[in-house]
Amino acid sequence: MTRLFAVLAVMLSAVSAKAENVTTYMLDNGMEVVVIEDNRAPVVVHMLWYKVGSADEPVGASGVAHFLEHLLFKATDVLESGEFSEVVAANGGSDNAFTSYDYTAYFQRIAADRLELMMQMESNRMNNLRITAEDVETERQVVLEERNQRTENNPNALAREQFRAALFQNHRYGVPIIGWKHEMEQLDLQDALDFYDLYYSPNNAILVVAGDVKPDEVLALAETYYGAIPAETQLPVRERPEEPPQRAERRITYVDARVSQPYVVRSYLAPERDSGAQFEAAALVYLAELLGGSPFTSALGQALQFDAQTAIYTNASYSGSWLDDATFSFSIVPSEGVTLSEAEAAMDEVISAFMEGEIDPARMESIRTQLRASEVYALDNVQGLAQRYGAALTQSLTVEDVQAWPDVLQSVTEDDIKAVAAKVFNRDQAVTGWVVSNQEEAR
Amino acid sequence: MLRLIVALCLTVIATTARAEIDIKQVTSPGGINAWVVEEPSIPFVALELRFRGGASLDLPGKRGATNLMTALLEEGSGDMSAQEFQSKLEDLAASFSFRASDEMISVSARFLTENKEEAIALLRQALVAPSFEQDALDRVRAQVISGIASDEKRPNTIASTTFYAAAFGDHPYGSSNDGTAETVATLTQQDMIDAHSNALVRDRIYVSVVGDTTAETVGALLDDLLGELPADGPPLAQDVAFGLGGGVTVVDFDTPQSVAFFGHQGMKRDDEDFFAAFIINHVLGAGGFQSRLMTEVREKRGLTYGINTFLVPRFHAEMMLGTVASSNETIAEAIAVTRNEWARMANEGLTAEELAVAKTYLTGEYPLRFDGNAEIAKIMVGMQMIGLTPDYVVDRNDFIEAVTLEDVNRVAAELMQPDALHFVVVGKPEGLESTQ
Repeated sequence: MTRLFAVLAVMLSAVSAKAENVTTYMLDNGMEVVVIEDNRAPVVVHMLWYKVGSADEPVGASGVAHFLEHLLFKATDVLESGEFSEVVAANGGSDNAFTSYDYTAYFQRIAADRLELMMQMESNRMNNLRITAEDVETERQVVLEERNQRTENNPNALAREQFRAALFQNHRYGVPIIGWKHEMEQLDLQDALDFYDLYYSPNNAILVVAGDVKPDEVLALAETYYGAIPAETQLPVRERPEEPPQRAERRITYVDARVSQPYVVRSYLAPERDSGAQFEAAALVYLAELLGGSPFTSALGQALQFDAQTAIYTNASYSGSWLDDATFSFSIVPSEGVTLSEAEAAMDEVISAFMEGEIDPARMESIRTQLRASEVYALDNVQGLAQRYGAALTQSLTVEDVQAWPDVLQSVTEDDIKAVAAKVFNRDQAVTGWVVSNQEEAR
Repeated sequence: MLRLIVALCLTVIATTARAEIDIKQVTSPGGINAWVVEEPSIPFVALELRFRGGASLDLPGKRGATNLMTALLEEGSGDMSAQEFQSKLEDLAASFSFRASDEMISVSARFLTENKEEAIALLRQALVAPSFEQDALDRVRAQVISGIASDEKRPNTIASTTFYAAAFGDHPYGSSNDGTAETVATLTQQDMIDAHSNALVRDRIYVSVVGDTTAETVGALLDDLLGELPADGPPLAQDVAFGLGGGVTVVDFDTPQSVAFFGHQGMKRDDEDFFAAFIINHVLGAGGFQSRLMTEVREKRGLTYGINTFLVPRFHAEMMLGTVASSNETIAEAIAVTRNEWARMANEGLTAEELAVAKTYLTGEYPLRFDGNAEIAKIMVGMQMIGLTPDYVVDRNDFIEAVTLEDVNRVAAELMQPDALHFVVVGKPEGLESTQ
């Protein structure tokens, strides 16, 4: 959920920066600082990440994390409404923000010598927001239109919302980031302020500065602007409801006349990357590649798109970037004349055959090579590196975990993959969804 | 080996930042021109190729042929099947992308220094020796037809497709380069071969290379990569007038939020007033939260999540376009406010302060674009296609600064035509009906 149409990958690619370019500090008030140096262009990306997202919202106020993100661009004690972005633009920069289940982040991309101004303004709005009831009225309409645009007008997004709500029986990952419409309509000034007062504090934030900067200069500025803000003593321990043992498969058919092409999806609960314990997540990265990465070389692609013309699209996907449970998902778009039952059966046959067969060592080596190379390519995008650290640190990983991740990925074996697959592919912990335009297609 | 290397060390200077970029112009022994930036700090290379013409070269009755041909370049070539080709590409950890539009075919490649020769050999094979096997053709055809069916149920695509069809009719700009389900269903291997030899030709090629390589080696590389392509192709499409008058077209579609796609005639990229028009568009609807339309339609009234305008100078026609989405109950108001802002810009133009603020942003933002090999390669190939020289990266901010208040206000009165604006609205809009 972004404040404007910024295209930002929330799923971070699975590799990390060269350790030697990264410097980290901890301010006295508990704020972490990460500096990534890249002197190729005179640009800096200044990002402030709060360790709070939609999955931390109070029951009944879904969407408040994202709503507050919008309201942070209104007035503070020293800035008028809209002035933050005006000042950034007047200095040739651009700014935006985004909210996910586990984090809320604000960023500016600007000439490197304007970093101090960005810190001055960003630190100001951590504690000094002056939102009015009128701001709330208008901006609520804006986020409702955002929900219209992203979700209500998009049958695939509506279907995804239903499937996630069924997959998570207790955890807030089952509630959409943007919020349920009926709860968004009721969000008021107090909801936003309560959330702001509790969670927007230096001991709940991570500063990531990436680009043409010197680490010690960044630290000095951070101490001046962020270091002066007292820690929030009432900050709650981040504990979320856990999933109970899931005991039954769920199946959902979503019908919407706007669907042009029926398809089947299946999502299983899966382990996420945890600090010091990233090996299962690493094995799942390989599992997704082997089963449904490239349509040309993955098991699903070969079986359903090449050997038999069962599907026009196949995919398996996994990201370990979550504070709590991750998901492992398949999607299959059947060919003309193939029913959803047939497509689903074909998918399950591929999964069974994979579990019984040997993993081709040449495929393993190819995936290892691609993961190593993605490390090289990632260095070309300093904002991507900043996002990788910011997201990881809000999701209970450490800088050491981020830097260990490429090596963990390289160490994955065939046995690791089979073991984690056997654990994850449990239909009692899964939702199978069919998306169709009418009931006749649901067969 | 090289006929020519011109090296220019260019410094992009703005009041807020300066980017230094060393563009070398290379002509290969075989006569292919390229712009090269040597950037050895990361061991990979970004290569961008453009072939002007693209899908606007589709032959009569063969709409969609160039698009399908382009999609098939990665689906088998030389003696390799699609799967063998992709396996090899994955083993090298290189990536190629092939895309067709009505302006061009775009090829983007990135590959590691350590296996550069193998990656180039593979790209060469895809470009000069695609096999267009029947099974690959049928498989990708089914994907394209599925995509066409999806577009027919997507409000944004319905809106833009309706708009372009009304504005450009039978010209390639009037239809989707995907083709229709009917045209794509009839395409044959021979159509692919024809589309390939018409579109991938040497005298319409533009090249940029950025990364861990040297200008000295690029010439030979390009002759190896592209030397076997045909020298030239059939004539390019004709220019076409924007043929849609002012009004509203409502397309009934059962969805809660209406989507509007709107616009009128625009301005050519090489018009001497282009930078004035560029600034006007920025202030009106391209400047993010600060634009007048975002302020009036979103920030003050909460009618939308986003409204944007675009100055679109294409090779054969020019447009000024916009998009906005609002609930069925409120889209009429969003459109009324937009019309008002259009008229206000035409009548009053900009204030001196608005012009100053826009210039500061536009000149300050420009050097920040050059922040990665892939980004620089894309910028450089785009510059070549519209006939710019490397010095443009230095002069560009001067062109912005040179625009006066008199210029923008004269151009605003000419460019902005509120009565000529046509809105295509897809949804169940309340209080809006098609004109005529």
